[in-house]
Amino acid sequence: MNETTQQIRAAAKRLLEEGRVDCVIGYAKGTVPMQEQPYFAYTPEEAENLVWTGFCTNNLANFLIRRSGRNAILAQGCVSRNIVGLIKENQVKREDVYILGVHSPGMLDAGKIKAEFPDKVITEVEEDGEEIVVRGRGFEERLDRKKVKRNNCYTCTHRNAVLYDEFIGQEGPQTGGGDIDNVAAPWESLDPDQRWAEFESTFKDCIRCYACRNVCPLCYCDVCFVDENNPQWCGKGLEEPDVFTFHILRAFHCAGRCTDCGACESACPVGIKMRTLTSKLEKDIRELYGYQPGLDLETPTPLTVYRPNDPDVAE
Amino acid sequence: MILKNLLEYIGIEPGRVHFSWISSAEATKFQETAKEVVSQVRELGPAKRLVKDIPMEAA
Repeated sequence: MNETTQQIRAAAKRLLEEGRVDCVIGYAKGTVPMQEQPYFAYTPEEAENLVWTGFCTNNLANFLIRRSGRNAILAQGCVSRNIVGLIKENQVKREDVYILGVHSPGMLDAGKIKAEFPDKVITEVEEDGEEIVVRGRGFEERLDRKKVKRNNCYTCTHRNAVLYDEFIGQEGPQTGGGDIDNVAAPWESLDPDQRWAEFESTFKDCIRCYACRNVCPLCYCDVCFVDENNPQWCGKGLEEPDVFTFHILRAFHCAGRCTDCGACESACPVGIKMRTLTSKLEKDIRELYGYQPGLDLETPTPLTVYRPNDPDVAE
Repeated sequence: MILKNLLEYIGIEPGRVHFSWISSAEATKFQETAKEVVSQVRELGPAKRLVKDIPMEAA
């Protein structure tokens, strides 16, 4: 068990014992390898189930929405930025949440690890510093951690929680080392036909399970536009125009709000790269409005305010 | 602009989608914009992307 896990458990136990919070939201070991699950610890004993590994890819901020009582929540950089966003959007009250900030070492991509062992079944993955140990029936191999990180974690700019009541362990390096501008909006250099071809091939396998929407802390509408029947904005089947409409609008709803936490891609059962769209929006918002979501509680989200000198005021 | 950029980014032809801010008092601007939209879209021809064919009997 790593040091951070121990510190998280100790902090969670203390908060629950002192009665400062009703619940600590964190991660517990998943029922399958390489996928930790969100976990709600209500008692000091339950706090012993909390873990911190490279597979904590769910965005816990999602669970603060419509939640009653006082909750403590474990938050790495992206999650804390989403909490800031939820507070700004009046979905969460700052005083109702106790944020346990933590430094993210960059989370791992289970898909990439599986791809390294195409014909084998992985039963356990252990992290050992900058390496991971992958085990299965009859094999054990070490991989460089850097090689199998999630794409969004390479270009992360805020690995430490930006808002917290207590920091677990030490703050670490802020960036993942990569430059987002080298990978954001990958289709920008293509012509319209090539762009459409890329878009089609990226999203055609979608089965509309809505996992990407459900794990996203930005998606909290009472009735999502794809679920609405009257009016029905978008067909509910697997016809391509409907599938594409869902993805275009899902992404657009994230404009100026997405923190590139990568939960959508991690949750997708068919490996769709939604960040091809969200990274374009993130880049546009950053370049046109000089804004990065969720860094402070004061700056208003660009698309919620009007300024006469907005770059997109029609001529 | 953000939405237009996104649509063009995924391959919707430039000129297919237009956004404009027109006040209810700006009749002339509305007329001019409508003309411009029609001529540009006509030039592009029928849309082939994001088009769903619904059979007449089902509609």
